[in-house]
Amino acid sequence: MSRKVLLIEDEPNITEAIRFLLTREGWQVDTHAEGTDAVQVILSARPDLVILDVMLPGKSGMDVLRDLREHDEMKALPVLMLTARGQSRDREMAEQAGVSRFMTKPFSNTEVLTAVRDLHAQASQS
Amino acid sequence: MATLNVLILVCLGYVVLLFGVAFAADRLAARGGGKWLRSPLIYTLSLSIYCTAWTFYGAVGNAARSGLEFVTIYLGPTLVMVSWWWGLRKLVRIGRSQRVTSIADLISSRYGKSNTLAVCVTILAVLGGTPYIALQLQSITLSFSIFAEADPTGLYREGSSVFWVAAGLAVFAILFGTRNLDANERHHGVVTAIALESVVKLFALLAVGVFVVWGVAGGLGPMMDQIDASEIGQWHVDAGRWTTFIFLSAAAFVCLPRMFQVMVVENDDESHLRTAAWAFPLYLLLMSLFVVPIAVVGLDLMPEGSNPDLFVLTVPLSQGNDWLAMLSFIGGFSSATSMVIVTAMALSTMVSNHVVMPIWLNTQEGTASVSGDVRTIVLMARRVSIAVIMALGYFYFQLSGGGAALTSIGLVAFAGISQILPALVGGLFWRGATRTGALVGLSVGFVLWIYTLLLPGMEGGIIPASVIEHGPFGWGWLRPQALFGIEGIDPMVHTVMWSLSLNTVAFCVVSMLSFPSPLERLQGAQFVNVFDHSVSARGWTGSVAQSEDLMIMTQRILGTIPAQEFFQAEAERQNGRPGRLPEPTPQFLERLERELSGSVGAATAHAMIGQIVGGASVSVEDLLAVADESAQMLEYSSQLEVKSTELSRTARQLREANAKLTQVSMQKDAFLSQVSHELRTPMTSIRAFSEILRDTEGLSADEQTRYSAIIHDEALRLTRLLDDLLDLSVLESGQVSLNMGDATLTEVLDRAVSSALAGGDRKLSVRRVRASERIPLHTDLDRLGQVFINLISNAQKYCDADDPALTISAHDVGGQVVIDFIDNGGGIPPEAQSMVFEKFARVGSDKAGGAGLGLAICREIMQRLGGEVAYLPGQGGAAFRVSLPLAYRQAAQ
Repeated sequence: MSRKVLLIEDEPNITEAIRFLLTREGWQVDTHAEGTDAVQVILSARPDLVILDVMLPGKSGMDVLRDLREHDEMKALPVLMLTARGQSRDREMAEQAGVSRFMTKPFSNTEVLTAVRDLHAQASQS
Repeated sequence: MATLNVLILVCLGYVVLLFGVAFAADRLAARGGGKWLRSPLIYTLSLSIYCTAWTFYGAVGNAARSGLEFVTIYLGPTLVMVSWWWGLRKLVRIGRSQRVTSIADLISSRYGKSNTLAVCVTILAVLGGTPYIALQLQSITLSFSIFAEADPTGLYREGSSVFWVAAGLAVFAILFGTRNLDANERHHGVVTAIALESVVKLFALLAVGVFVVWGVAGGLGPMMDQIDASEIGQWHVDAGRWTTFIFLSAAAFVCLPRMFQVMVVENDDESHLRTAAWAFPLYLLLMSLFVVPIAVVGLDLMPEGSNPDLFVLTVPLSQGNDWLAMLSFIGGFSSATSMVIVTAMALSTMVSNHVVMPIWLNTQEGTASVSGDVRTIVLMARRVSIAVIMALGYFYFQLSGGGAALTSIGLVAFAGISQILPALVGGLFWRGATRTGALVGLSVGFVLWIYTLLLPGMEGGIIPASVIEHGPFGWGWLRPQALFGIEGIDPMVHTVMWSLSLNTVAFCVVSMLSFPSPLERLQGAQFVNVFDHSVSARGWTGSVAQSEDLMIMTQRILGTIPAQEFFQAEAERQNGRPGRLPEPTPQFLERLERELSGSVGAATAHAMIGQIVGGASVSVEDLLAVADESAQMLEYSSQLEVKSTELSRTARQLREANAKLTQVSMQKDAFLSQVSHELRTPMTSIRAFSEILRDTEGLSADEQTRYSAIIHDEALRLTRLLDDLLDLSVLESGQVSLNMGDATLTEVLDRAVSSALAGGDRKLSVRRVRASERIPLHTDLDRLGQVFINLISNAQKYCDADDPALTISAHDVGGQVVIDFIDNGGGIPPEAQSMVFEKFARVGSDKAGGAGLGLAICREIMQRLGGEVAYLPGQGGAAFRVSLPLAYRQAAQ
């Protein structure tokens, strides 16, 4: 059974790096670079895990997450959030919005991989 | 025959008695007891200091010389008391409401508190009073000498006894007259003592009279026969002299400082005047009852040439009735001492208040601590004044030798002091009276009195006989005793007529011509209308019905609960009935006024209570004081207003500053957040790919090259970003130093175009109008070039036309060099046009490189160069216009 991750990120180089890492781990990596229709994309793609950037064109990652959690079937979806803005307020906002894991750029590759593994393991158990 | 020793002993005993009475009365009054001390009877008796030794002895002498004329001296005051008591009431009311201390104070107060006037009146009073005191001392000496002549031991020496009498009286006046600083307070001790003396002198005179009628003449019938037979009994009236003397004594009764002292200053209750109006004339009647019999019998009994002024003493003595003579002596002594004491007190108050204190205060000017020892100074001044006045009287007596008849000295003094009358009466009843008028009138009367009466009457010829005969410089119309050629009248009548009439005329005319000061006008209104706006001397009185009104008013001022608490406490204090309203007793009203004045000011509180309780309209002074307070409150509130305006202005500035700071801080936060994002994004890629390169085995060569290239690009992007940030921060902080140089626009554009196109990898054709570019520039050429490069590379990056082209054209518009950069792309959407120059502003989702600082940097640079860069809408494609002021071009030429 293939594990599917949806990566929503507008920086092409970062997208490529994460895609490279997760593909090697056996994930099917779908990508999207827009905030505006991100929720619709997630709802239709039904990924096992979402990696979400905060600074997205059109709609911020925070808003995307908040709207996503409005949908009942999306409440338990593991969401790993990445941000390049180094402010502690962002972490609080993300937690309120219902983030599963919050990570600041630049990150080390092992960090990302560990986080993805943990989140997936938790989601599989419950 | 009574020896002199016994007389002296009796005398001393009498003085000790007076001291005792005065002391006891003072003690009683200080303890708040002794209501009888403030009775109308005491008041009336104290008024009878009008009857001095002059009246006691001199009336008989006068009768013996001039028949019934002595009656005029009694008729004047009687007429005043009976027919003018309402005028006296006004005087007393004013005295109380203005807290007047003497007649000089009253005059000065009426005419705008003028001290000049006060000094004039004081001088007049002292000049008139000194001979009068001397007269009293003389009477004591004369009466002493009567006993001394009969004394075999011959111990009596005239001079020394008078000295001791004068000294003793001074001590008495100092002891009982200057106990309190407040001259307006009652001197119960002195008043009671002189009341006692009044009784003694009346009793003595009546006793002598009874003795003469029934003991010597042999009853009423024979007495009347004897009088009829005598020359005195002949009723012949010199109309001029009678009118003059009645008028003079009436005037003196009102104007004499000592009369003013007992009548106005020592008055406790103006209703006492009602009793005095009939009781005092009665007293005078009794005093005059036996004058004619004593004179007739004296003339009959005593040897030719004996002094008729002393018949009161010599008649009983000649009949061997020593004890009666002794009593008579004490009577005369009483008359003299009471007059001297009160006169000294009254004069000393005037001298210290209007002469000594102003001088002392003047010399003290500049020294800060005046208030501390003023009290002692005032008391000291008053005491010294008493001593000095007494000494003056004593020396006058010694120098004059006591020759003149008692009556004439008295009348001279009367004529002098009467000069105050026009100013006094005018001040009470005529609002038009002015200070200048009073001053001129007083001076005219004063000078005439001295010139026509005082100087010619003085022995030793101060005025040469020739002047009296022919006038000064031979001007007959200025003869002192026949002014304006009117001759043949009695000197006294002459003086009174001229001095008082000219005084009055001068007073009236000058008053009408001169203009009163505001204070004079106010005081004038207060004096003339005193009954309209002052309460009677008793203080507040009120009825229970008013308590409710008071309560309502107090609630309004103090608030409901404090007012109720105050009223309850007062009710409880009054009679232990906390549930009811307190009676509006004077004490309660006073406390209430104090309580209220804490909130609304003293004057307002007084006026408010006055309106409810007094029923009287509010006085001018009250209104002025209220106005004063309101003015102060207004000033205060306007100060508050100014302050609150200042405060609100400060607050607004603070708010603005705070808003600005908040905005700046938010901008800074946003900026930092942006910078952080722009820095972290390339670093994320760099870190991720370098870890991939490091950790991943078996990467293809293709992959390795590609990932290395990404790392390289991102590193460049990072460098560019750092360069831009540094550039911007230098430009924004204003620390940039311009490197001015000269070149034509063509040269600058050439360099910029080649440099921009070399750095980019997209194709862009640049069209230029070279003819328009031949403009010399004097500016920082590198910075200007930087702006151009930025604009050109933006076109290169973002122009979305298939065949991207940029047109650069230069114009001279309104004295400015204007360079337009217009491409053939879709342009910037209108909603983004205003934002393109903001930091990190990007249009759409362009990822074409820059961090969005380029145009912000351009804007900063153009600002430094004195020009601007702006978006030019409506040109089809994206259009930017750079403008430089002409000054730079001219500077280069």
